[in-house]
Amino acid sequence: MVTTELIRGVGIGRGTAVGPVLRMPDPVPDPADARRERSAEDEQARATEALAATSAQLRARGEAAGGTAAEVLDALAMMADDPALAADVTHRIADGSTAEYAIHAAMASFRDMLAGMGGYLGERAGDLDDVARRAIAYLMGLSEPGVPRSDTPFILVARDLAPADTATLDLDSVLALVTTDGGPTSHTAILAREKGITAVVGATGAAELVDGDQVLVDAENGTVERDPDQERVDLALQRTAALSAIRAASTGPGRLADGHAVPLLANIGSIDSAREAAARGAEGVGLFRTEVLFLGAEKAPSVDDQADTYRAVFAEFPDQKVVVRVLDAGADKPLAFLTDQGEENPALGRRGLRALQAHEQVLRDQLTALAKAAAASDAHVQVMAPMVSTPEEAEYFRALAHELGVPTAGVMVEVPSAAILADHLVPHADFVSIGTNDLTQYVFAADRLLGTVAHLQDPWHPAVLRLIEAVGRAGAANGVPVGICGEAAADPSLAIVLVGLGATTLSMSSTSIADVRAELSQVTLDDARRLAALAVSAPSAEAARHAVADART
Amino acid sequence: MAERTLAVASANGLHARPAALFVKTVTDSGQQVQLTKGERSVNAASILGVVSLGIEHGDEVTVAVDGDNADATLDALVTFLSTDHDA
Repeated sequence: MVTTELIRGVGIGRGTAVGPVLRMPDPVPDPADARRERSAEDEQARATEALAATSAQLRARGEAAGGTAAEVLDALAMMADDPALAADVTHRIADGSTAEYAIHAAMASFRDMLAGMGGYLGERAGDLDDVARRAIAYLMGLSEPGVPRSDTPFILVARDLAPADTATLDLDSVLALVTTDGGPTSHTAILAREKGITAVVGATGAAELVDGDQVLVDAENGTVERDPDQERVDLALQRTAALSAIRAASTGPGRLADGHAVPLLANIGSIDSAREAAARGAEGVGLFRTEVLFLGAEKAPSVDDQADTYRAVFAEFPDQKVVVRVLDAGADKPLAFLTDQGEENPALGRRGLRALQAHEQVLRDQLTALAKAAAASDAHVQVMAPMVSTPEEAEYFRALAHELGVPTAGVMVEVPSAAILADHLVPHADFVSIGTNDLTQYVFAADRLLGTVAHLQDPWHPAVLRLIEAVGRAGAANGVPVGICGEAAADPSLAIVLVGLGATTLSMSSTSIADVRAELSQVTLDDARRLAALAVSAPSAEAARHAVADART
Repeated sequence: MAERTLAVASANGLHARPAALFVKTVTDSGQQVQLTKGERSVNAASILGVVSLGIEHGDEVTVAVDGDNADATLDALVTFLSTDHDA
């Protein structure tokens, strides 16, 4: 009997993968500004060797990569070889620096110079940090930084992936992603969901894994197993094959096994994602984020410019619903003309509808542009307000939208107060849409972007599910539709629970629609309600997951 | 020593890719080359030095070459700078 260890985390998607582990090296620390203990000659020799090795490393990578990547890597190698840099390093070593610190400081001064020049060169300034980190890693005897490469496919194990890492990730050679930090809304999770990569995030125990370990990654159960039995591997692969067969067979609108319709909508932020969503069979749009059109703008675009953009998006969804969220500025996406500077706690600040009420003309212009674009399109356009906390705010928004010619106006439920008072709030909205990411963040008072509290960012938690249940009940009592537009709707098992709690539509990244559709087709509304009752009465997120999984097997 | 002053032809100036190609031409020549714009002179074998001059299209620069084969190298570099590499 082989003993196997099971590492637990949060699975993204339903896939399984088997393969060897490759670890992402930990980030190279900034060297301390300490006086050197070696002679200047010795430090100089170390620095020269490290820079030469870095340059050789980069050129070798360039040759292997070819194409544009080779050009970029060659340019980085030239920076490592640079005589002006070398002169600065020599100077700093003569003044008493260690080789590590001299390289760090010299690169930093060139980086600041490039950043100050702006434009293309400013954007390349970060490349110098990359070169410096490589040289410093060499000096400290650490592994080469960045995403590891291998000719044979592997399972990447990392603390968490930064956006820059994901850009250089060669997806063809990655079988699955496993992270020790980060929750279901981390960059890694979002990337995995978008690209359909099997992933388990927040698997603390994966810190023990070393390069070359054979592991079985099971996203459906959120587990990683070292040295799995062949029998278990076969079982997992069979299950994945069965799932993809169900997925391939399920097309058309979202519905339960008993025929109860649950429209599956897409979350989009641009015309490109609108086209992708339409191509993937979305039955409309449940969340059109409009911030992206405004980001970086000094002032709001004109009514006509906005209307043109909206019309292009609406054209992708003739005769279908498109729910547009008016500007949700603030917190992690500030806008110069809406967001107050210097708020100590922007997630709790004047963001969303609060900021729009304070700058009502921006809101009026946006609603006018939306009404104009809607009138010229076949899409069923609806609007909703973000960060609504009270029934009065809902009333204000609906009245203004109706006045400006948008007949269907709803509100997002993402602030706990709105969910707690759902029976009073819902009558003031034409529909509501639950934003599970922010709702979870506010229920737990845990920043959704902060890795150290990511374990609290779990929409399976009964504390979150009970609020969703209250909103679902208020929606049913008032005949008001209740949508879900957070990452929660993209989790196929959780999607069933949400329908059981009263969700009438689900909106998600369009890549998840096929999985959710397949899963919903396996249960009746009665099943969903029964499973939802189990999840809501569980004491923890993990217990809720297991209660639902056990009841279904 | 051989030197010449000319206007840079590349549409986007001596940024990024053209700068890298220019520096490569310099290092391949094995000669000592100095590039001057206005008051500032840099070692032309340094990509960081060259881009730090912020040379735009039409800027006047002076190339000075020191070495056994100075004239031939100067000709090659002047030809390089008179060509639009962004075309």
